[in-house]
Amino acid sequence: MSQSNLKPTFEQQCEMLRQMQTIRRFEERASDDFVNGNIHGVVHCYIGEEAVAVGVCGALDTDDQIISTHRGHGHCIAKGADLNRMMAELYGRATGYCKGKGGSMHIADFDIGMLGANGIVAGGLSIITGAALANQLKGNDRVAVAFFGDGASNAGPFHESINIAAQWKLPIVYVCENNLWAVNTPASATVPVTDVAARAPGYGIPGVIVDGNDVSAVYEAAVTAVARARAGDGPTLIEAKTYRHRRHTERPSQPDARPEEEVRAWMDKDPIAALTNQLRQQGLDAKALAEMEAEIEAALDAAVEFAAASPLPTPESALEDVYAA
Amino acid sequence: MREITYAAASLEAFAEEMRRDPTVFHMSTDAPGGLLKEFGPERIRATPIAEGALTGMAIGAAGAGMRPIVDWRAVTFAFVAMDQVVNQASKIHYMFGGQARFPILYRANVGGGTRRAAQHSQSPYSMFVNLSGLKILLPSTPYDLKGLVKSAIRDDNPVISFESERLLETTGPVPEEEYTLPFGVADIKRSGSDVTIVALAWLVSESLAAAETLAGEGISAEVLDPRTLVPLDVEAIRQSVRKTGHLVIADEAGPTAGVSAEIAALVTEDPDTFAALKAPVKRVCALQVPIPYAPSLEDHVFPDRSKIADGVREVLRSPSRAA
Repeated sequence: MSQSNLKPTFEQQCEMLRQMQTIRRFEERASDDFVNGNIHGVVHCYIGEEAVAVGVCGALDTDDQIISTHRGHGHCIAKGADLNRMMAELYGRATGYCKGKGGSMHIADFDIGMLGANGIVAGGLSIITGAALANQLKGNDRVAVAFFGDGASNAGPFHESINIAAQWKLPIVYVCENNLWAVNTPASATVPVTDVAARAPGYGIPGVIVDGNDVSAVYEAAVTAVARARAGDGPTLIEAKTYRHRRHTERPSQPDARPEEEVRAWMDKDPIAALTNQLRQQGLDAKALAEMEAEIEAALDAAVEFAAASPLPTPESALEDVYAA
Repeated sequence: MREITYAAASLEAFAEEMRRDPTVFHMSTDAPGGLLKEFGPERIRATPIAEGALTGMAIGAAGAGMRPIVDWRAVTFAFVAMDQVVNQASKIHYMFGGQARFPILYRANVGGGTRRAAQHSQSPYSMFVNLSGLKILLPSTPYDLKGLVKSAIRDDNPVISFESERLLETTGPVPEEEYTLPFGVADIKRSGSDVTIVALAWLVSESLAAAETLAGEGISAEVLDPRTLVPLDVEAIRQSVRKTGHLVIADEAGPTAGVSAEIAALVTEDPDTFAALKAPVKRVCALQVPIPYAPSLEDHVFPDRSKIADGVREVLRSPSRAA
């Protein structure tokens, strides 16, 4: 199969744009609500990296599983999570995905194969590798996908998990979202190779570099890697080069050490603007685009309304769910 | 009744549960030969030496419908997996609002007396007991071990079975027939009326030996084995102490912030039990040092039957409290 055959159709790309825009607007609103005090603790925005989650999840079936990071809203939405329950969780409400026990960093939806955001860098890598092992043992054809960052690629779980997955030919795809910065430390100061993907041959698996701001390119790489995993040929490491538009967190006092010109250059490569331009050239008219944006806004209005109107968890519920009954 | 070793009891439990449930599988850096022969390398997996990954993989496999067993072998090797134990396994059910089940059995040897020095001789179960969301076994006999491990494999939560090194080759009666044991139910290994010895793991048999010696001195000691640390059968301990009025706690771990401290607190903070206490609580624990190698040093550091008997004599010598 040639690469061009993998290219998403016009309709698929329109759906990808809708998802990317939904992620962005969800987070812009979550950020506002964080500053307003409706959302507590910490919010890490994925804005700028939307093409990675959407491109990869576009290559997956509902039964396939993913695991996410502390920057997880995008993965949730791309996998099909319910916006109401996501926003309610951020608001700390009983109707949230985790009944208000998880918050932004711990959203999961096992019914759609979203095995959880994770507050520990590299914390999810072995967990999702175990899900891949379960799939292999059960003989189903599900594929698991690990999302993680450049920082996690320096941590033990990355190496231990990929080593095992390669040795056992587990049906899994490792997707490194290399956004070039770990909080305020540049990847160039901690990753001694230019490309994280260069680590793949050390485990005898393919390492693929893609433009993480080009959703079609991400999708194509994911389709190939997912097919390889589903066929029983083992894991692939995809490195998506991307960038977060915002600081590490939405805390107003969060410092940002990134050079202004670097941030500006990446803003110019905005994945949503690029996809919008492409689709406009392919015939997406302004009216359809405006309708899509209005629908997204209405869905987010509804999510915020749902969250704000939802009950707080009862104090007694703090004692529930420590153990499965 | 037939007798089998403590080590064989857990392998027998694994085999029986694997026969009855195809979702049970086993991961360890050293696959047990007997299980490998019966169940094959798919279900008895010899793994790379990567306990962190195995520990996390068990969580993901459990969340995806399997019932993994991970043998850390020595608890020593669990420490490279602490992120997965502390940040993931113990919290994942709670922080996701209870939306999935994570049935996992981790097992590890603890204790000492094998002249393997500090890194391979430790009893850090209180570190794990301190977490919320794990269940913790500390069985002292082959019978208890087998019944509790079978329950653990059927439990829908992460369970850790800590198995004391010095018990592995000990033998005891284990019926051929199917049985399981519930968590949170202490076992009175010997009844008595003058003093309660709450004994953990290897020190259960040492306490029974001490009780025998003390009986010759006219002292009637009750030996209570909690068997599981989480959940802990607090009521059985308090009830025994209310009966005897004296408490000695025997633990091969050090005393500091240990399970022995927890038991002492649970006894003294209950008004009725506190009122029944006739003397201060005595802990007979390992000295608070890393375990040394030389036999003369190691034997000095660990408690044993004679130190337990001394502890009992001490609490019984204490002047009774004014009512």
